[in-house]
Amino acid sequence: MSDETPEQLPDSAGHFGRFGGRFMPEALIPALDELDAEYRKIQSDQGFQDEFAKLLREYGGVPSLLYDATRLSEAVGARILLKREDLNHTGAHKVRNVLGQALLTQRMGKKRIIAETGAGQHGVASATAATLFGLECVVYMGEEDTRRQALNVARMRMLGATVVPVSTGSRTLKDAMNEALRDWVTNVATTHYMIGTAAGPHPFPAMVRDFARGIGVEARAQCLELTGRLPDAVCACVGGGSNAIGIFHAFIPDSSVRLYGFEAGGEGVSTGRHAASITGGDTGVLHGARTYILQDEDGQTIESHSISAGLDYPGVGPEHAWLHDTGRATYEPVTDAEAMDAFALLCRTEGIIPAIESAHALAGARRVARELGPDATIVVNLSGRGDKDVETAGKFFGIIEERS
Amino acid sequence: MGLLEIHLRQRREAGRALLMPYLTGAITGDWVDYLRAFVDAGADAIEIGLPFSDPTLDGATIQEASHVALSRGASVRAILAGLSGLELGVPLVASTYQNLVLHDGPEAFCGALRTAGVDGLIVADLPLEEADEVEQAAADAGVDLALLASPATPPPRLAAIARRSRGFVYAVSLMGTTGERAALSASATTLAGQLCESTDRPVLLGFGISTPDQAAQAIRTADGVVVGAAIMRRILDGASPADVGAYLAAMRQALDQEREPAS
Repeated sequence: MSDETPEQLPDSAGHFGRFGGRFMPEALIPALDELDAEYRKIQSDQGFQDEFAKLLREYGGVPSLLYDATRLSEAVGARILLKREDLNHTGAHKVRNVLGQALLTQRMGKKRIIAETGAGQHGVASATAATLFGLECVVYMGEEDTRRQALNVARMRMLGATVVPVSTGSRTLKDAMNEALRDWVTNVATTHYMIGTAAGPHPFPAMVRDFARGIGVEARAQCLELTGRLPDAVCACVGGGSNAIGIFHAFIPDSSVRLYGFEAGGEGVSTGRHAASITGGDTGVLHGARTYILQDEDGQTIESHSISAGLDYPGVGPEHAWLHDTGRATYEPVTDAEAMDAFALLCRTEGIIPAIESAHALAGARRVARELGPDATIVVNLSGRGDKDVETAGKFFGIIEERS
Repeated sequence: MGLLEIHLRQRREAGRALLMPYLTGAITGDWVDYLRAFVDAGADAIEIGLPFSDPTLDGATIQEASHVALSRGASVRAILAGLSGLELGVPLVASTYQNLVLHDGPEAFCGALRTAGVDGLIVADLPLEEADEVEQAAADAGVDLALLASPATPPPRLAAIARRSRGFVYAVSLMGTTGERAALSASATTLAGQLCESTDRPVLLGFGISTPDQAAQAIRTADGVVVGAAIMRRILDGASPADVGAYLAAMRQALDQEREPAS
């Protein structure tokens, strides 16, 4: 471990050890400086914090429940507490981030937001927040994803957002992010880029973490109240990593609490068809930060694969890269098949249909339960609900017909 | 002072406006012939793009060119091998994104540039605050790391960029990505003017310069121009080295006329 205390990271230039930073075109640096200054200001601005808390409480449905999942616990062999972020408005933890960033956008006097989205969840959340704050909203989405996630495209349009299909590169999330960055460099004077995860250039990883860290603060207090002690482990899925850093952060100083991040192992890390940047990638720079990425032997980014669109990204937030290097958190891949098995288990034991992303955390928690034994208490971040995944899951389980 | 900067200063001092055309490396099988055509048409330096899978600062044309080159199997190694021993008589400047610089480490990367006879380097996503490591590696290898300045860059920062840049300062003419534009932006003149006031290092204006007229207009404040997307658009549409050479020769002529009006 380094001498730096993780809870005080990043440093003033946005570095988490050797990760993070701001690898961006010069044209965006003044905007990032402005955002960083604003982000520092709101940390000690009680007015902002009160307004954010009020919005979360009265509009977002936060704090979310910590649910003692006894039937699941019985099946898994350890006490599982589910942090029910799936019950938030728009169906996932992401509402915390977009409300925070929308409030910030308003403070900066900008009238337009842009966002990238993969499955459409962050796009829907962004469109929602934009509507609430009267901001123009443009969402970039890979052409391939607009086809696979037509319902979320419709949702965004209903909310008044413009959805721009991106037909460059692999036509998925990473290309949508490239296109959003191109829009931003062109329109930065009027536009805030509402990045959807704890990745990208500084201050985004730290800022998105801080907007999401309420998940862990709540879960920690709720667990203490419910069980009288801290959990033995906290489990979350990791794509870009906002829900994971959101629940981990408050537990980082609690050295007795093990932190587990589960990456999308796709068809298995050894097949090359996965999205496990930490466990199956190496260091590089993508979308403004130095972190773990999936790249070929020439340094070109390679396409990720996962049944879960929300985890299907060839990079990861830099703070996770740092937590991995320091050993404070453990990252492991979970395959599509393991995730879907856990998805089915939660449906059948608790009557909760999880997002496939969150099913990766559940699958990982089953492994952790085997390791820690029946006396262990494990908090699992149920980061989103599965409504959006009904078609994918239905096909996977062969209970609905394939559409042509 | 590096070879690139010495060369550009000499040409500028001789009263010449600087012309730096751009080519995406390995865009075609005969890509090296385009470089020769650039030199014959009067290029003062040549920018070689080392294509990256995620070119966030590039517009549609150079994205497409990068994609085409990568689909043909382009890599840093292969492009540098293609440049080795060419002896074109003008300096070469590699331009790329930070991930490719970091891939084998900045020292190995800059060393490979040197070995291939490349004198300069542009990294689109490397701002001042992150530049130390690459700056040191480039200096050690005798490669000039040219920094970019943008219309949004505040004056004190412009001065720092001009001070730390080597070879030349790349003035990005507008807020946006690379690509052809109908007119030279107003911000181009302002930025080039500010830079020329704060440094005697050559200032090259790039992004959007597509026509001889725009180039001539640009050098009223800047020391020279970079022409990229306008060339790559033509090559993607099938232009031969001779075709592109003719296009650049017209630009060269416009630059020369602007510097020495017919007397």
